[in-house]
Amino acid sequence: MLDYRRDLIDQVEWVWKETLAIHRRAPETRLASSLSVIEIFVALYYGGVLKFDASNPLNEGRDRCIISKGHGSICMYPILADLGFFPIEELQNVCQTGGFLGGIPDPIIPGYETVNGSLGHGLGVATGIAVALKTKKSNSSVFVVTGDGELHEGANWEAIMFASHHKLDNLHLIVDNNNISMLDHTDNIVSHSNLLNRLTSFGWECVEVDGHDVVAVLDVLLEQKNNTNNKPKAIIAKTLKGKGVPGLENASLSHIINPKPDLIDSLLGKK
Amino acid sequence: MNIEPSAMRDVFLERIWQEMLHNPLIFFVSADFGSPVLDKIRKDFPERFINVGIAEQNLINITAGLAIEGYTVFAYAIAPFITMRCYEQIRVSLALLSEVRSMNVNLIGVGAGYSYVVSGPTHQCYEDITIMRALPNFQVLSPADHITAAGLFDICVSSDGPKYLRFDAQILPVIYEVEPPKISDGFHVHQQGEKVCLIATGFMLHTVFKVADEITKDGHVLGVIDIFNLTNFSTKKLKNTLESYSAIVSCEEGFSGRGGLDAMLFEFIANNNLDVKVLSIGVDPGYSFELGSRMELHEKVGIGTQSILNKVRPFIKTISN
Repeated sequence: MLDYRRDLIDQVEWVWKETLAIHRRAPETRLASSLSVIEIFVALYYGGVLKFDASNPLNEGRDRCIISKGHGSICMYPILADLGFFPIEELQNVCQTGGFLGGIPDPIIPGYETVNGSLGHGLGVATGIAVALKTKKSNSSVFVVTGDGELHEGANWEAIMFASHHKLDNLHLIVDNNNISMLDHTDNIVSHSNLLNRLTSFGWECVEVDGHDVVAVLDVLLEQKNNTNNKPKAIIAKTLKGKGVPGLENASLSHIINPKPDLIDSLLGKK
Repeated sequence: MNIEPSAMRDVFLERIWQEMLHNPLIFFVSADFGSPVLDKIRKDFPERFINVGIAEQNLINITAGLAIEGYTVFAYAIAPFITMRCYEQIRVSLALLSEVRSMNVNLIGVGAGYSYVVSGPTHQCYEDITIMRALPNFQVLSPADHITAAGLFDICVSSDGPKYLRFDAQILPVIYEVEPPKISDGFHVHQQGEKVCLIATGFMLHTVFKVADEITKDGHVLGVIDIFNLTNFSTKKLKNTLESYSAIVSCEEGFSGRGGLDAMLFEFIANNNLDVKVLSIGVDPGYSFELGSRMELHEKVGIGTQSILNKVRPFIKTISN
């Protein structure tokens, strides 16, 4: 078990470095919002939460993972490549002519289910998928990863009301709660400080967790996945935008700050 | 033969109900909008009927999710709300996503043009042809009677991709009494004219017949065409038909000069190098709060029979000279 936990932590570090390296090569990508969500994706993809088949990404028996915070998911590129969804060499071609890994992931990328990037669409579409899976009597689940800033989009709340009314306990929302939108901390825009109470009062089973403790995230994911209690599930992962990068971590404008190439090189141990 | 007129939505929903009897992959999603036939669907297929409430963004999102999981989905609401309230959901998760994911989605918008006569501009719909035909991968379907609406059901079930159906909210007289139009052509030639042809969609076809009758008394025989598929019609057949005319009059119950039927015909004529002049008849752009019958409102905004005659008669003179 200890080894397993160690492996997950090592994997987080590998993904963190690869994400920095992608941004070093393709500065058009958004770095900070990808750095808050790494542990969440590592837990989902390496922790035995998601059922998937990299050689057949739309395999009917898979769990659906909707990556709604599109531009904040550049860290998914090394994960999907490592798991065999596409050749790892593609990581060299991010934002390059002829490549398919863009600054905002498109649904042509194996492993991506829907259109992301325009925020506030993932949860609603995932809710429709959850209804479809229930109707098919499938035992697959739907996971949706959103940012907290994205929850300002009202369509999310239409889906949140709908999902609890329809008892969609196969629907899992994971909020990368880094508290920062593009221009400021969300507390200075429209606060999400009582998000747990809000989701709970809407009829969701909701848990808060340290989003940078990959083992804690995994434990909650597994516990919730196995809980068929007629309630949709939500995890509020408390995270830091720009995690681990000096000048970026928890900075109000981190979304649009690009760390200097020298800083990235030193963080990657190249200097 | 004497066919009793019906509401477009009722005959279309009846076809859906019949299909649901033997096809388990049909879903019906409503944004709290009903009809007597819908009560049958709700009662007989509760597991495949969803009322999302007054929430059109969620209507489209739920529809998209069901569709990429393999269900053929019919989504149902009032026309301006199912198009404009949720336009970005339609763009992102239907038009765009259908580039890479197979889906069969049919948006049924009820209340084309002024058909919600006394409800005012929030419920009336003059922009939908423009904005829906702007979306790649979408078919825009606009029937003029319930026979055509029922015929369009076959396209909806059999062809992949997203579609938008604009239905009149009123019961309109039957046009296709003798036989239904050939749906795959996308348009139907009702009468061959000499130099000028009236081309209408939806409700305006009924007005155009009256206009043609009046002009016949002046000694000119006008052509009359009903176009009910505004995106996927037979371009070859329409080109052949229009080649015999010197001019056309485009007639729509939507804004004139704002990218609707008139723009579609301008583009078609330019792209096919046709030597044909165009007169655009549509609603004078603007929003009106006046009350009156549908025909009274039409005269006020420039698309009533008399308003059209006042524009078409001088237009014909310029063509004849």
